[in-house]
Amino acid sequence: MQILQQLINGLSLGSIYALLALGYTMVYGIIKLINFAHGDVYMLGAFWGYYMINTFHVGFWTALILSMIFCAIIGVIVEFLAYRPLRDSPRIVVLITAIGVSFLLENGMSYLFSSSPRDFPQAMVMHRYHLGSLSISNVQVLILVTSIVLMILLQLIIKRTRMGKAMRAVSVDPEAAQLIGINVDHTISFTFALGSALAGAAGVMIGLYYNSIDPLMGMTPGIKAFVAAVLGGIGLIPGAALGGFVIGLVETAVQAMGFSAFRDAAVYGILIVILIIRPAGILGKTTREKV
Amino acid sequence: MLLQVEDLFVNYGVIQAVKGVSFNVNEGEIVSLIGANGAGKSTILHTISGIMRPKSGRILYNGKEIQKEKSQKIVSGGISQVPEGRHIFAGLSVLENLQMGAFLRKDKSQLKKDYDNVFERFPVLQERKNQDAATLSGGEQQMLAMGRALMAAPKLLLLDEPSMGLAPIFINEIFDIIESIKKQGTTVLLIEQNAAKALSIADRGYVLSVGKIVLSGTGQELLNNAEVKKAYLGG
Repeated sequence: MQILQQLINGLSLGSIYALLALGYTMVYGIIKLINFAHGDVYMLGAFWGYYMINTFHVGFWTALILSMIFCAIIGVIVEFLAYRPLRDSPRIVVLITAIGVSFLLENGMSYLFSSSPRDFPQAMVMHRYHLGSLSISNVQVLILVTSIVLMILLQLIIKRTRMGKAMRAVSVDPEAAQLIGINVDHTISFTFALGSALAGAAGVMIGLYYNSIDPLMGMTPGIKAFVAAVLGGIGLIPGAALGGFVIGLVETAVQAMGFSAFRDAAVYGILIVILIIRPAGILGKTTREKV
Repeated sequence: MLLQVEDLFVNYGVIQAVKGVSFNVNEGEIVSLIGANGAGKSTILHTISGIMRPKSGRILYNGKEIQKEKSQKIVSGGISQVPEGRHIFAGLSVLENLQMGAFLRKDKSQLKKDYDNVFERFPVLQERKNQDAATLSGGEQQMLAMGRALMAAPKLLLLDEPSMGLAPIFINEIFDIIESIKKQGTTVLLIEQNAAKALSIADRGYVLSVGKIVLSGTGQELLNNAEVKKAYLGG
C-alpha cells in the first residue's frame, strides 16, 4: 500500500515535470537551445492564474486555459525579443541570454510583486479519498489526468497538424524546410508557444497543489525538468515525458525513505550518472554524423 | 524570360564565391550549369532560393526582382529547389515529406492530382508512403526530394547535383525523369558535376569556373566544345 501511495504521489509530481520537460525538449529540438527561462514561464503562468482567479473570479479550468494562452504569448515574445536576434550567433551566446532572461523574469517579478510567497486561491475544493490506507486527493488526480490529456493533445498536434509536421521538418533540417517554403521563424514561434502553454498549465496546477506561489518558484522545478529532458533524451518528445515521470517517482521515493533532505541531490545525482553512462538519454540514440 | 540573373556577386563568408555571373532561363527549357566543385554553382541556387543574399546584382523572375524576397515568398511564387545531398526529412514518413513540399499550397483541388502525379512518376514512393523517409535508399531519397519539390507546383525547378552519390542505374533514371518533368511544362535549372549527362539533356548550358561564367551555348555545342571536353568530359 505504501508503495502504491508513493507511486501515485510520484506520478502526479512527475507529470508536472513532464509538462515542463516537454517545453525544454521541443525548444532544444528546434533551435538547439536550453531555454533556462522556461521555469520562469511556468512561474508567470502560476501568477497569471492567481490574478485571474482572485481578481476576475474565474473558475479553475478557465484560469488554466487563460494561463496557457498567456504563457504561449510570453514564450513567443521572449523568443522574438531575446533569441531571434541571436539566431546566427554561437550557441553559448544564446544560452547565456537565456540565463539572463531567467534572472530578468525572476527579479522583475520579485520587484513588482514582492518576493514573499502568496497563497494560491483554492479554486477547487480539495477532497481526499481514502481507500484502505491509500489517500488520494482530487487535485492529484486532476494533475495527472490533465497532464496526460495535454500530452496526448501535444502528440496529436505534432503528428497530425500542418504546423506540427513543419516543427518536425525544421528540427531535422531547417535549410531544407526553408527551401520548400516553410517559414522557419513562424515555426520556431509556434514551438515556443506550445512549450510555454504546457508550462503555464503546469504552473496553475502546481499552485493549486502546493497552495503557494512566489517569483522564484520556477527555479528548482525548471532545473529538474531540464534534468528530466536530458534523462529521457533531449530533443525527444516521448523522452521528456518519460524523464519527467522518472524524476517525479525518484524524488517521491527518496522522500518516502526518509531522506527528504536529499531529494534534490538524488535528482542531480541521476543527471550525473546519465551523463556518464548514457549521454544521449534513455531513449536517445547515439547519433552518427552522416557524411 | 522566366529567370534572369544579372551580374550577380555573392560572398560565402569571406570568400567571393560568385563574381559577376549573368545567365538566363527561358520558359520550357532545361538549362544546365556545369563546373567543378567550388565553382559557385550551389551558391547561385541558394541565392535564387533566397537563403543567401547577393552582395550585388539582380535576379529577375518573370521580370520582377526577387533577390531580396524571403524564401517562402520565392517558393510560393513558383521556384522550388531539390537541394544537394537530398535533405529529406528523416523521422517523417514519405507521405509527410511530400506534404511538407505542398506546405504553401492553397489550391486544395489541384493538390490531390499532384500527389497522384508524383506517385505515378515515382511508384516506389507510393509503395513506401508510410515508411520513415530515412529508410529509403539513396536513389529513392533523391526521388523523394524531387517529388517533394514538385509538390510545391513549381514553374521553375532548381536541381542541385541530383546524380551525386547515386548508382549508375539510378543516374540514368533520374535524368529521364528530369526530361519528363520538362515535357510536362516545368522549366528546369540543373546544376551538375556530371557534365556529359547534364549537357546531353540540356537545351542550353553555361560553364562556371571559379565564380565566373566562362562559356555558354546549346547543350550540344558545349558537348562538342574542345575545352569542355578536356576539362569536364574527361578528354
